[in-house]
Amino acid sequence: MTGFTALLVRDMRLAFRAGGGASLAAAFFALVSALVPFGVGTDLVLLGRIAGGILWVSAALAALLSLDRLFQADFEDGTLDVLALSPLNLERAATAKILAHWLTTGLPLVVLSPVLGLLLNLPPPGYGALIASLIIGTPALSGVGAIGAALTLSIRRGGLILALIVLPLITPALIFGAGAVMDAIDGSGRGAFLFLAAFSVAAAALSPFAAAAAVRLNLGG
Amino acid sequence: MITFLANPKRFLDFSSAVAPWICGLAFLLLAAGFYWALFDTPPDYQQGESVKIMFVHVPAAYMGIMIYGLMAGASLVGLVFRHPLADVAAKSAAPLGAAFTALALLTGSLWGRPMWGTYWQWGDARLVSELILLFIYLGYIALWNAIDDPVRAAKAAAILSLVGAADVPVIHFSVDWWNTLHQPASIIRPGGPTIDKSFLWPLFTMMLGYTVLFVWLWLVRMQTEIFERRARSLMMARGA
Amino acid sequence: MAAFLAMGGYAVFVWPAYIISVLVLLAAIVVSLQGRARARRSVRRLEEDSGETGENQT
Repeated sequence: MTGFTALLVRDMRLAFRAGGGASLAAAFFALVSALVPFGVGTDLVLLGRIAGGILWVSAALAALLSLDRLFQADFEDGTLDVLALSPLNLERAATAKILAHWLTTGLPLVVLSPVLGLLLNLPPPGYGALIASLIIGTPALSGVGAIGAALTLSIRRGGLILALIVLPLITPALIFGAGAVMDAIDGSGRGAFLFLAAFSVAAAALSPFAAAAAVRLNLGG
Repeated sequence: MITFLANPKRFLDFSSAVAPWICGLAFLLLAAGFYWALFDTPPDYQQGESVKIMFVHVPAAYMGIMIYGLMAGASLVGLVFRHPLADVAAKSAAPLGAAFTALALLTGSLWGRPMWGTYWQWGDARLVSELILLFIYLGYIALWNAIDDPVRAAKAAAILSLVGAADVPVIHFSVDWWNTLHQPASIIRPGGPTIDKSFLWPLFTMMLGYTVLFVWLWLVRMQTEIFERRARSLMMARGA
Repeated sequence: MAAFLAMGGYAVFVWPAYIISVLVLLAAIVVSLQGRARARRSVRRLEEDSGETGENQT
């Protein structure tokens, strides 16, 4: 088992444990999505129109939840120092962690989303776009989120600053993701998936470097 | 010039000599610009006298974006070339950039109100992008303040500003794209060939005035930061 | 004069825009200058203090 896979599996195992990120993010996603009708009323037509947007915003918030411990836990117990010295360089370690986060946080959101779509009266054409946009877009959330996590790992209660930093940066994912759902419902084709995929690929490719640089500055100390 | 100024003491001496002139120039330009804009510009055939808001909105918006570019550039210089004053420059510029961006949002809202009927229009891609830019500024400043170790804070903020710099054009593009869903309501069209020549020169004067004012305040804030660092190291030396 | 103040009916938008702009610019100037003065003072104070301590130690 290579170092990459070992790290990946270990992070995933930690996430699925009680108190890990996986179930927490999923529950938060469901909760926030379910709260919105209490705020905007029971008009099913209205809910159906904004369902894609609600679910995307909830997904972005839920993805943030488990991010603040992404590097912090390993930083505190010295694992990051070991990783930095190991043959697995920090960039690949960051990639492994981002992948683990996506698999344990992003994917459960994808699985839950159709159910929540039902709750919010998402029109039938929207479901495919919802699932596809979340699959394509959540890696960007994990990637950019990891950069924020690495930057804030030395801050107590860094979760709030992490959110403040990360949320503006992921606006394109939100716009294209929710836009894709809306376009599927309207029947208009504006290339949302293409742009979303481009953003995700760029984020996935570049974020390990930024995250590793951020980790390094905290280790150099 | 930049390496010449790398020494904090030399920078302080240089900036103290130069600052009063820059300050004076700024006030001259702004006085001329405000007077010109208020008293010597015609009403727009479409927007009437509300077009005068352009002379305070466009310079502010321009500064918000330009300062971010400077911040990111300084951050890059700090990370790559390890210029000692680069992170001072970046840190000092940020609050000014945030202030100009907020001002752009306020004036933009007032400019749009007569045209849109509302104080905010999500359909104006430029304004929406500026709102996100403001949040990015606030996050940057918050990060600087949240990390105790100043060296770490500088590097973290630098990375954040570069990530932001890469993302801001993407954000602007996505907001533009997002607006194709709504009616393109961008009434605010200050630049381009549609602008009347009688507006151009007052606008340039204001933009130059805002820029020179920023440079002056930037120098002042950098001096402040250098003094504060000196104070901190003096306090630590005492403790030892 | 009244026509100028009325700004063609847009006075309630134009004047607040200009006033807010001037206020924000002034605030930026004042805050920056005050901050510098404060920082200068504390450096001066600390330098004098460590100067005195140095003399006592000799």
